Amino acid sequence: MSTPEPTAFTPLAALARGLRERRWSSRELTRHFLDRIARHDGALRSFITVTEERALAQADAADRRLAAGAATPLTGIPIAHKDLFCTDGVLTTCGSRMLANFTAPYDATVVARLDAAGAVTLGKTNMDEFAMGSSNENSWFGPVGNPWDPTRVPGGSSGGSAAAVAAGLAPVATGTDTGGSIRQPAAFCGLAGIKPTYGRVSRYGMVAFASSLDQAGVFGHDVADLAAMLAFMCGHDPLDSTSSDVPDPWLMQAADTPPAAPARAPVIGLPREYFSGLGTGADALDAARRVLEAAGCRFRDISLPHSPMAIPAYYIIAGAEASTNLSRYDGVRFGHRCENPQNLEDLYRRSRTEGFGMEVKRRILTGTYALSVGYFDAYYVKAQQLRRLIQNDFLAAFADVDLILTPTAPGVAFPRGDLADDPIAMYQQDIFTVPASLAGLPAMSLPCGFHAGLPLGLQLIGPHFGERALLETGALFQRDTDWHRRHPEGFPA
Amino acid sequence: MAAIDIAHLCRLAQLALDDAETRAVQGDLARIIAMVDQMQAVDTSGIEPLAHPLEGVQRLRPDLVTETVEPARYQSIAPAVEDGLYLVPRVVE
Repeated sequence: MSTPEPTAFTPLAALARGLRERRWSSRELTRHFLDRIARHDGALRSFITVTEERALAQADAADRRLAAGAATPLTGIPIAHKDLFCTDGVLTTCGSRMLANFTAPYDATVVARLDAAGAVTLGKTNMDEFAMGSSNENSWFGPVGNPWDPTRVPGGSSGGSAAAVAAGLAPVATGTDTGGSIRQPAAFCGLAGIKPTYGRVSRYGMVAFASSLDQAGVFGHDVADLAAMLAFMCGHDPLDSTSSDVPDPWLMQAADTPPAAPARAPVIGLPREYFSGLGTGADALDAARRVLEAAGCRFRDISLPHSPMAIPAYYIIAGAEASTNLSRYDGVRFGHRCENPQNLEDLYRRSRTEGFGMEVKRRILTGTYALSVGYFDAYYVKAQQLRRLIQNDFLAAFADVDLILTPTAPGVAFPRGDLADDPIAMYQQDIFTVPASLAGLPAMSLPCGFHAGLPLGLQLIGPHFGERALLETGALFQRDTDWHRRHPEGFPA
Repeated sequence: MAAIDIAHLCRLAQLALDDAETRAVQGDLARIIAMVDQMQAVDTSGIEPLAHPLEGVQRLRPDLVTETVEPARYQSIAPAVEDGLYLVPRVVE
């Protein structure tokens, strides 16, 4: 008699049920995903580090905990972390040569909380260097392939996490989103991906890019899987002074009671600035709107008039914060140091020049320019004023609607190399995701169809701390659609 | 717009670019700054800058020691240390 095997695309709740009912052990489950990584990841490069020994030890500990009846819904579930979450004793590279030798001496709060829940870490996923990019082509460890077409990009910057989950190399994975780095790769890889409200999840132990924007989140297939992970990741952390102390009892129990369709179907705004001129994906978004309408949601046309200013304001604010945050990489205390420095200046300059890739240098220089004498008011202060106007647009809209529906990205996954020489065109990838980031709002991408065989995503944006409305409306959409049940052919379950 | 002084920015940011990189970055930055200059079209007079999305106040906590210093642990990943000190090239001759 054979035991039924878990598939690579089984939802977390079913994996957990199988563990509780002894249909498989965490060790078997972990082995299953480690084997898939060994078989498939050569072509995708979605992992930078696979922590096999550590994962099997965590799995054995989870099996003991399950046997003792002390399990959480995540105990024994394999997961992957984007390689910018510090993991004690494990390489944490941030996709950069600068940190290619950096073994983190402590755990990020996200890692510590998921470890405490009993989750098993399979490894650390590839990413654009320092989370700067929309295609995962900016990694020191090489570009990541999109499982739907490995000649195309998976999106970025959390492209490794997205590709790993889409190919069934991990059931879920963490990511971070500064201007769209979870939502855009989720859309490109046919996944659900959520960026919570700024401050919902602690940033402690996340390698900083732009501190007023960075936020940790999750990739998965089902909205329920996102909720189960967030239930453990969210909450106040005394180690991050910007982490919110507004508790969300609903979210904290969402691993035990998965989100169901909302009691009252929401009123959803359609911002005209996001739809004018939209080509690819317009039909799929229209179909998604009809699905939600049939389920009782009402739609209203709205305007977010300052949307066109989001990309300019974002690239000033994110660049300024990055140039400041990345000044810590000086070759003295950790990270890359050049050979035979002649003097201190030479040590700083050559270590940084060798350690950073071109896109990181471009952003540091953009930020340095915006913060330099004579330009500070014209660029940095101006961008912060526009940030307020953009946030005010959203606050006004949320007086009339519960959620906002938009496309996630302007198109489908593009071929590797297509935008590599055109930073401005690359920055436009974030046009629909950056506004919610500037305003600190929670936002989620869900699969909503295909164009030429490649996945399309829709974005739902909620008011501050409106994760519940997002996840419940997402559950409603996934109840009535099966886009999230489609998986790339090259990676059979 | 005056040409962006890449050499000056590199000095401020402690980066060194070769001639080809400098030319490439000169072009890229000129286009990036032209793109962000769209901001100047919006009248923002009287608008309070938004530095942080939630505008939270910094919380206070009891003045108690909560962390211990573990220099050996943190210096185990340093490029060069001696007697608990980080080594850099001689600064004062």
